[in-house]
Amino acid sequence: MFLQHLLNGVTIGSSYALIALGYTLVYGVLKLINFAHGEIYMIGAYLGFILISLIPTLPPSLQGNVVLLLLCVMLLAALLCALYGYYLERICYKPLRNAPRLSPLISALGASLFLQNFVMITMGARDKIFPQLLKSATITLGGVSFTWLQVAIIASSLLLMAGLSLFINHTKFGTAIRAVSSDPYMAGLLGINVDSVISLTFMAGSFLAACAGVMIGVYYGTINFTLGYLGGIKAFTAAVLGGIGSVGGAMVGGLLLGIIEALGAGYFSSEYKDVYAFFILIGVLILKPSGLLGRKSHERA
Amino acid sequence: MNARSLGLSTFYYLGLLLIVLPFLKGNTLYLPLFFLALWTLRRTAFAGEQNRTFVRLRARVDRAVIGNHKPLLALLLAGAVALPFVSSNYLIDVFTSALLYAILATALNITVGMTGTLVLGFIGFYAIGAYTTGILTAKLHLCGFWTALPLSGLIALCFGLLLGIPTLRLKGDYLAIVTLGFGEIIKIFLNNLDSYTGGPNGILGIKKPTLFGWGLDSLPAFYWFCLLCLVVEIIIVARIFASRYGRAWVAVRENEMAAAALGIDVFRRHLLSFSLSAFFGGCAGSLFAVKQGFISPDSFTFLESVMVLCMVVLGGIGTIAGAVAGALLLIVLPELLREFALYRMLIFGAVMIAFMIYRPHGLVGSRAIALEQEDSLHG
Repeated sequence: MFLQHLLNGVTIGSSYALIALGYTLVYGVLKLINFAHGEIYMIGAYLGFILISLIPTLPPSLQGNVVLLLLCVMLLAALLCALYGYYLERICYKPLRNAPRLSPLISALGASLFLQNFVMITMGARDKIFPQLLKSATITLGGVSFTWLQVAIIASSLLLMAGLSLFINHTKFGTAIRAVSSDPYMAGLLGINVDSVISLTFMAGSFLAACAGVMIGVYYGTINFTLGYLGGIKAFTAAVLGGIGSVGGAMVGGLLLGIIEALGAGYFSSEYKDVYAFFILIGVLILKPSGLLGRKSHERA
Repeated sequence: MNARSLGLSTFYYLGLLLIVLPFLKGNTLYLPLFFLALWTLRRTAFAGEQNRTFVRLRARVDRAVIGNHKPLLALLLAGAVALPFVSSNYLIDVFTSALLYAILATALNITVGMTGTLVLGFIGFYAIGAYTTGILTAKLHLCGFWTALPLSGLIALCFGLLLGIPTLRLKGDYLAIVTLGFGEIIKIFLNNLDSYTGGPNGILGIKKPTLFGWGLDSLPAFYWFCLLCLVVEIIIVARIFASRYGRAWVAVRENEMAAAALGIDVFRRHLLSFSLSAFFGGCAGSLFAVKQGFISPDSFTFLESVMVLCMVVLGGIGTIAGAVAGALLLIVLPELLREFALYRMLIFGAVMIAFMIYRPHGLVGSRAIALEQEDSLHG
């Protein structure tokens, strides 16, 4: 039973980790919590739904490989979401770069409210049900049952995270992001275009969140326009747990939160499933605000 | 006659009007209103005796807190009192909920506006107040509304302390998230502690109270009662804002380090404003429970927290008039524009962003406060 809960936890946890990366990246460069990030994740799931619904309209010759099609859907949804992330930053945060700290937070709340209702109005308030494309059988291995879908979700999440690590640590753009994270002013002096680095960070975060959205949509089969709120908070918890601003921390925090939730729901009470995340959040913030892997001095004056 | 004394005398005559009006309608809520009038009288009578520096300082604080619009305020209050005589029951009901939200927004404004702490789970205190009243009066039948009202406030205050003591050392965004988590935790517990809270079904049959033998169950009577509560709250809050404590709060908001250097205990100031906010939030919740007669966890969602915050922000952070105006605007306007109901939250979201960018000081707020905040909170 334990291994079963663990596996379910890792599946959900890997999506938390992907969303948490968006919070952490943006926090790194702007020292700002992007409250609307959860909505980007939700929009990713909806874009995935729209694109998957379009699959049957494709010519039959293209409908053969479902796995490949799903990957394309994920990629396309993620790219579109990156655009959402770009414009979100442009419209809601950029004009407030030098405003008091409350302002961008409130503007983010506004953006979150706007996007949520935008999706509700355009897509309807009812749950959307994903068409069943993958007829994946349940596999039982040593008392643990899982589907190929779960394996695919965990594998692609790990791949995406590895990709992000490569991007951050071994490319010119990644170096620029790290430079802006550690000292935006100095980075600007050295000729790095801080504005475009910030845009890039938002786009990368939104890309990952959209991937998580599509995966969760396919995994659970139903999505709703309120998805982003709880998903966003949980991913934020994951980011805080791992240490906000730390890329590795977001990954570890996400997986850990998923596992804790699955174990808590499995062994204690599933009614309080959502409470665990909040208690962890409050506990971490009180006891160790820098998180598991975070640097010290994150508590700002 | 200058503008100030004109304002004061308008205020005074309004007090007299308040006493007379209930008699006209045969409705007898006059006792508390009488006290209000007395207070106005005392204020007018002693206004001249204070020394000049103090008066100037007070005027400055007043201006910052409620704006320099006393005659206008008096007129508005007169309008508010007279409203039930001229409007339909439906409108009275709408305005009653607007008043409740105004009480809430004024309470939230103590933390968001005065100490500059963003609280996102404020509705949690509202819920605690509502459920305290619900459980005490309708579930356990332990006491009546008049005992439950202050108890609701006090229990909310205790929760405020409980949450505030460990968390108020956190800063800005972190604290915002922690309070958000608090609001959610409260809601989840209300949903699951079935034996006390009735779970998702909530609590039914909370009765309207009587005041000195007169029932508050007619719509206008309850409206006036809420108005009275709001006025009392505003008086208390305005007095605190203008006092040593209020000035210490502003100092903490503007620059914590400088405030600490001057001997202000920053943490205790935060805690005080936070728990006071919680107290008024709890009282508002108690009123809400009585107004609806029925409460369930669905009334206390995160969206409600955002709505109240919206009121404070759009009205003008840090001003009492702003909080009240914001509440009126956000409750009454959507009711008048029913056909846009679907787009309501969409528009709110866009308006919040636009206000932050183009008018960060809100509708009524003073530019000065917004700018002061800008200097210090950044970085």
